[in-house]
Amino acid sequence: MHELGIAASILDCVRTEAERHPGSHIGTVGIRLGEISGVDADALRFGFECLVKDTDLEPLALDIEAVPRVQRCSQCGNEFRMTEYDPRCPACGEFMTQCVSGDQLDIAYMEVDE
Amino acid sequence: MNRVEVEKKVLNENQLLAEQLRRRYREHGLFCVNLISAPGSGKTLLLERTLERMRDTPLAVLTGDLQTENDAIRLARFGYPVKQIITGGTCHLDAKMIGKHLDDWDLAKLDLLIVENVGNLVCPSSYDLGEDCKVVLLSTTEGEDKPLKYPSIFAKAELMLLTKIDLLPYVPFNPDLARENARRVHPQIEIIDISSTTGAGLDLWLSWLQRRIQSKSKPSSIQAKE
Repeated sequence: MHELGIAASILDCVRTEAERHPGSHIGTVGIRLGEISGVDADALRFGFECLVKDTDLEPLALDIEAVPRVQRCSQCGNEFRMTEYDPRCPACGEFMTQCVSGDQLDIAYMEVDE
Repeated sequence: MNRVEVEKKVLNENQLLAEQLRRRYREHGLFCVNLISAPGSGKTLLLERTLERMRDTPLAVLTGDLQTENDAIRLARFGYPVKQIITGGTCHLDAKMIGKHLDDWDLAKLDLLIVENVGNLVCPSSYDLGEDCKVVLLSTTEGEDKPLKYPSIFAKAELMLLTKIDLLPYVPFNPDLARENARRVHPQIEIIDISSTTGAGLDLWLSWLQRRIQSKSKPSSIQAKE
């Protein structure tokens, strides 16, 4: 339910970047969305489209790269993708593994039409 | 078409403000905790019991809600500085709201700042408020699978308070399963069972807070020790 605000923050970044490229148009903004970022991709797309519609930002596409949750084992150092809420290390069985990736909510790139 | 690498956080502006807050808290040796839960899990009652018992700790409370001053009125009775943040519909607190409400408080005189977030398990987890840690509440009148349904906040919280444990005889809630689910999402999470009604577990919560406050001692007291 906060995806509209997140979409607005993405568009703020797009406008800031657009100012650095006068006379050109930004066609795509690419973001990385972690599995446990707490942001729903569909709701974000919907909010994004609503905010872009009928503005000077059109046409602007949103490219979402979904980033899976990765855990690191405190015993053997193994890094693995966590599935089915099972934090156990598949290599050594250790339970106390740590989340090292998956909470991303980052702008990765923009495509600028010169 | 020219691809420009940007590499910044979507909530960059919030992040910068949160880092400023964190620096201010560090300068003043102030410990800040961000309490997050679904509506009705018992955040405000827990705070009432906490304030009642923490008589010697200089603390302040910011409490967030969509509307009403009700929580601030409830909490102000204990004589500590309390401010209500009315978000007017926004489902979470952000760093800007916190900064604005700290303006007329002297942080140097405080050891503890408690932020009671808007009742919501989803959105508050995305916004850094500059806090030292997030604490999540899960009550026995909710489902044991909440940690699995809302993993983001349980993954980010250092401590889970399992609240309303006095109701366990009356509700079909399996506390072992709830704890197991929380640990599946976050193996390192600390868990305290608590009842604000009977007082069970309150001592553990208060000593957890005191330990964390002491680990962030005032710069002046560090100088004094030297």
